Amino acid sequence: MNKRSNEPFLWMLFSAGGVISALLLPIHILLFGLAFPLGCLDAPSQEKLIHLIKHPITRLYLFTLCSLPLFHWAHRFRFTLYDGLQIKHLNELINVFCYGGAVVGTALAAYLLWNIR
Amino acid sequence: MINPTEYVPKSYHARVSTYWWLTRWVYLKFILREVSSVFVAWFVVVTLLQIRAVTSGPADYGEFQRWLRSPLLLTLNAVSFFFVVFHAVTWFNLSAKAMVVRVGGKRLPGIAIAAPNYAAWAVASGAVAWILLRG
Repeated sequence: MNKRSNEPFLWMLFSAGGVISALLLPIHILLFGLAFPLGCLDAPSQEKLIHLIKHPITRLYLFTLCSLPLFHWAHRFRFTLYDGLQIKHLNELINVFCYGGAVVGTALAAYLLWNIR
Repeated sequence: MINPTEYVPKSYHARVSTYWWLTRWVYLKFILREVSSVFVAWFVVVTLLQIRAVTSGPADYGEFQRWLRSPLLLTLNAVSFFFVVFHAVTWFNLSAKAMVVRVGGKRLPGIAIAAPNYAAWAVASGAVAWILLRG
């Protein structure tokens, strides 16, 4: 009997993460990474952000924003190392590092967002 | 008797240089697109730190904001912005090639699939900005 491959499932996470990263990360980096620190725009206060973050929809949004793009990274980075640098002999280790990293990041996001009071 | 499988030569693999992706612009573009994922992951890490800072109070969030103002972080985030936009553009253009939509037996042109993606990008960015910037 053939062993079923995980590849379609991992590819689906990669693809969903690709969409989320493309739609939402540019504006997040532009605002929080550049415009607010440079003082081009008024940064929202911690008070406003904590108010926003307490809403269940914001938590769900942030969870998605953190989790899926990490699986997108895991999939792409794995193949970058595999094809780009051709370190194929370390394949197992690379898989553990990439998908393990995505799982840890997802767990961390869940933990942080769950424990907000 | 000779076992025929014993004499089958191993398949031939030409040695490919580790730097094969530097030889052509399309290869380099492919690798740059792959590398964009590292900056995606980087900003997820920043976002996780931000969530932690926001939830632990104004003092910690102030510290986090100061950290983001350092030249190193500004440079890193400027590079990340470039790569993430590169990811978005290549992703939306690719979806037009990957999805074959037929209307009335004719394949829709790529632009008809890419355009709604760009529209969704604009709407999503606008919504995030509006929520963060309104009074």
